[in-house]
Amino acid sequence: MPDNSWLPIPKENIIKERFAKTKPIMTPSEAVVESSRCIFCHDAPCINACPTSIDIPMFIRQIMTKNTTGAAKTIFTQNILGKSCGQVCPTSVLCEGACVYHDLNEKPIDIGRLQAYATESAIDKNIRFFEKGKSTGKKVAIIGAGPAGIACAHELTVLGHEVTIFEANKKPGGLNTYGVAPYKFSNEDASKELKYISEIGFKIKTNSPVKEVKKLEKEFDAIFIGTGLGSSRKINIPGENLKGVFGATEFIHNLRAKELKVSVGKNVIVIGGGNTAIDAAVESSLLGANVTIIYRRSEKEQSAYNFEVEHAKKHNVKFMYLTSPVEILGKGNITGVKCIRNKLKKSEIIPQKGSEFVVSCDMLIKASGQKKMVEFFNSISKIKLGNGKIIVNKDFQTTNPKYFAGGDCINGGKEVVNAVANGRDAAHGIDKFLIKNKRK
Amino acid sequence: MANLETNFAGIKSPNPFWLASAPPTNTGYQIMNAFRAGWGGAVWKTLGTPIVNVSSRYSAVSYKNNKLMGLNNIELITDRSLEVNLKEIKEVKEKFPKNALIISMMFETKEEWHDCIIRCEDLGVDGFELNYGCPHGMCERGMGSAVGQNPEVCERITSWVTEKATKPVIVKLTPNVTDISKPALAAQRGGANAVSLINTINSVTGINLTTMEPNPTVAGQSSHGGYCGPAVKPIALNMLAELTNNPNFKLPISGIGGIETWQDATEFFLMGATSVQVCTAVMHYGFRIVTDLISGVSNYLDLNNMKHVTDLKGIAAKKLRKWEELDLNYKVIAHIDPEKCISCQLCYIACEDGAHQSIALLPDSRIPIIKEDTCVGCNLCSLVCPVESCISMVEVKTKKKKLVWANHPANPAHI
Ligand SMILES: Cc1cc2nc3c(=O)[nH]c(=O)nc-3n(C[C@H](O)[C@H](O)[C@H](O)COP(=O)(O)OP(=O)(O)OC[C@H]3O[C@@H](n4cnc5c(N)ncnc54)[C@H](O)[C@@H]3O)c2cc1C
Ligand SMILES: Cc1cc2nc3c(=O)[nH]c(=O)nc-3n(C[C@H](O)[C@H](O)[C@H](O)COP(=O)(O)O)c2cc1C
Ligand code: SF4
Ligand code: SF4
Ligand code: SF4
Repeated sequence: MPDNSWLPIPKENIIKERFAKTKPIMTPSEAVVESSRCIFCHDAPCINACPTSIDIPMFIRQIMTKNTTGAAKTIFTQNILGKSCGQVCPTSVLCEGACVYHDLNEKPIDIGRLQAYATESAIDKNIRFFEKGKSTGKKVAIIGAGPAGIACAHELTVLGHEVTIFEANKKPGGLNTYGVAPYKFSNEDASKELKYISEIGFKIKTNSPVKEVKKLEKEFDAIFIGTGLGSSRKINIPGENLKGVFGATEFIHNLRAKELKVSVGKNVIVIGGGNTAIDAAVESSLLGANVTIIYRRSEKEQSAYNFEVEHAKKHNVKFMYLTSPVEILGKGNITGVKCIRNKLKKSEIIPQKGSEFVVSCDMLIKASGQKKMVEFFNSISKIKLGNGKIIVNKDFQTTNPKYFAGGDCINGGKEVVNAVANGRDAAHGIDKFLIKNKRK
Repeated sequence: MANLETNFAGIKSPNPFWLASAPPTNTGYQIMNAFRAGWGGAVWKTLGTPIVNVSSRYSAVSYKNNKLMGLNNIELITDRSLEVNLKEIKEVKEKFPKNALIISMMFETKEEWHDCIIRCEDLGVDGFELNYGCPHGMCERGMGSAVGQNPEVCERITSWVTEKATKPVIVKLTPNVTDISKPALAAQRGGANAVSLINTINSVTGINLTTMEPNPTVAGQSSHGGYCGPAVKPIALNMLAELTNNPNFKLPISGIGGIETWQDATEFFLMGATSVQVCTAVMHYGFRIVTDLISGVSNYLDLNNMKHVTDLKGIAAKKLRKWEELDLNYKVIAHIDPEKCISCQLCYIACEDGAHQSIALLPDSRIPIIKEDTCVGCNLCSLVCPVESCISMVEVKTKKKKLVWANHPANPAHI
């Protein structure tokens, strides 16, 4: 790669400053002021908007009365990953989006940051609320140590089952460790949270990709699949193999694995309209790049949340709408991308012949979705898929009764909090399956 | 986890948090929901000869953005028949045998008191509370606070009840007296097993400036009512301390008045209460606030390495002394943390216009400076400062021995 088109890795202190938390942990006085604004609604809309149904007014009241320990317990009882959710949940479309303060045209309660405040306090002091349940003698294997797998493992351990998680990566945590934006949730946050949760007593075997399930089936009484999604999708245009072309999830994985110490091109193009495109763009910009997002439809259609788009704009990310890449240019290294303008007829994209133009760049990040792990799922007998997603019943049981599943692999890619809710509820499904409704 | 089980004058309950006799305890339906939510006990809405209530009944004091800082009511005792109440009492006691169920009563004649006691004891209730506290409506009929305000009557009626009742008898005191120990000691002489305090305080919460009618209004007119809620807590705590510290008063006390959070409840225990009762906070937020009362007090006990909630009893009351016993040589002065200060200068103007002119402003800084030589250590600046722990009151070591008023040179009686 020509040296002048590739940026040096910023100095450690500069990285720290640029990647500072967008939602920092509250100070005690902030927490008291904010919590005393909550009016303690009955049948609170915020609770109904939380996929894990945390008793939000109760934990906020407990923060107000300086019963921070009680607040943490209220949160963890419903959501053992309450800390990461407090920091990474798109709260403005979940709990905070439902807060009654919107009806008064006032700022909603800052639920996410209050949640992070209370849970961090308990994690830092290692105040523990749950213990291993009385042994049932049953063994459960979990494939994938992402939010779904971790939540499932914790709940199963409380219920008394012996749990082993098999994780392909070097570190557990799934996308909390290798995916979400580090200015929301850092490597340190992830490892502290995982240590706190796993001390209850389940095993995590890292560097252990499951390729073959026969052995697991023999050794374990039930298996939970929490494998998430696969690698970034191809965009199927010429030049995709040139140097300087990356998949978004791989780029971000590398960024987090290397603790943000990575080099990016001076001019970066990101292809896609979702939240992952935004994350990759903002991260590149924070590393010093000049970033443009190219999206084939218009601003209205992009799936990224409004607040994420605003966040990208604040970081000088430019948007080029109604544009598709048709060819990646370069010899060995990428030098640019040839694009075409589109028009929309209802939802149909109509490329405008003759509108082709070239944008030069030093790096291109493809963020047009992730593949599903169809091959792996098909290697397990009798598991049915729909659109590449594993089909489950209300107990999160697959069509093969020994297997349960939850998280991105059943919903096609939602949020951390959905994965946690699935993992937790699947644990109860597994419990029911293993001890045949014998619990009272 | 710390133990919250309570034995109040022989009345056992899983925790010391009870509902006060008031609208939240109107019906068996409500009390059963409260027990399900975690309340340890409940005092049934006062039984008596049926009355009729007005509409509307409540008014409140809001402070800035906070609703119900104080609540006022012109409601009377139960407006449902004795038969209906007794039927529901039976059902509650059968379904929740472990929770404390105490029956509040207010009657005129000895026969009426006795009749109700017998019928309630047959249903297995855990105790009685005598309502001598209602400040409106009932006292005009010679009941309620009319009894609470007259020690002799209080003693006589209490003895009517205690001669019949086999279950513990609690006398509920009205705060509308000049000396709370008089009715409390009268209740003790009458044979009561415990007292509870406070009932509501005589009040008029405000006037509607459009109609010029006092609140709450009933067809254009109003009546004075009974005040309760967070605003009355300081009054209740003081009366509680007076009884706790009275060497002649020996009975356990159930603390009532403005309790909303576990911190409030803890303060009542520290002032000598064995159980606490809550009304307004439940009328505001519902039964579920008990979750934080339980978890907050347990965590506080754990934090202080205490095993049982009774370990808290009276610790702070011992530290509440006569003014004459305080050390006149002790001195604190204010200290401003310039890192925390937001330069609002509220402390400055409070001290300048309202206290001792001991805070200065310098020409090129917005952060005020304490004049340490004139600061008397009154606390005012630290009370008005909007930033938590920005102004602290720091002790000035004087090496002087403790000096009380009796020995002070300025005391004319001192030789
Ligand atoms: C870039 C990006 C940013 C995101 N930002 C946010 C955000 O800000 N907020 C939010 O709420 N959500 C965000 N999400 C979504 C969120 O991360 C996911 O919804 C969530 O992590 C799903 O959890 P999961 O447990 O189902 O899967 P994952 O987190 O993907 O975890 C799956 C785990 O399984 C392992 N695995 C897979 N196959 C095998 C195998 N065969 N053997 C062993 N282990 C295996 C993987 O290595 C991985 O660790 C983001 C996603 C991405 C891609
Ligand atoms: C609407 C209302 C009705 C009440 N009725 C009774 C009653 O019937 N008997 C009684 O002993 N006290 C009654 N009280 C007083 C309460 O039991 C309690 O002593 C008082 O409200 C102080 O507690 P709080 O500050 O928690 O509300 C009533 C209070 C209110 C607000
Ligand atoms: S909706 Fe808003 S105000 Fe109501 S309980 Fe939830 S956070 Fe509090
Ligand atoms: S609170 Fe209920 S009873 Fe009272 S006025 Fe409102 S609706 Fe009527
Ligand atoms: S009141 Fe507090 S914050 Fe305001 S100027 Fe004084 S010390 Fe500073």
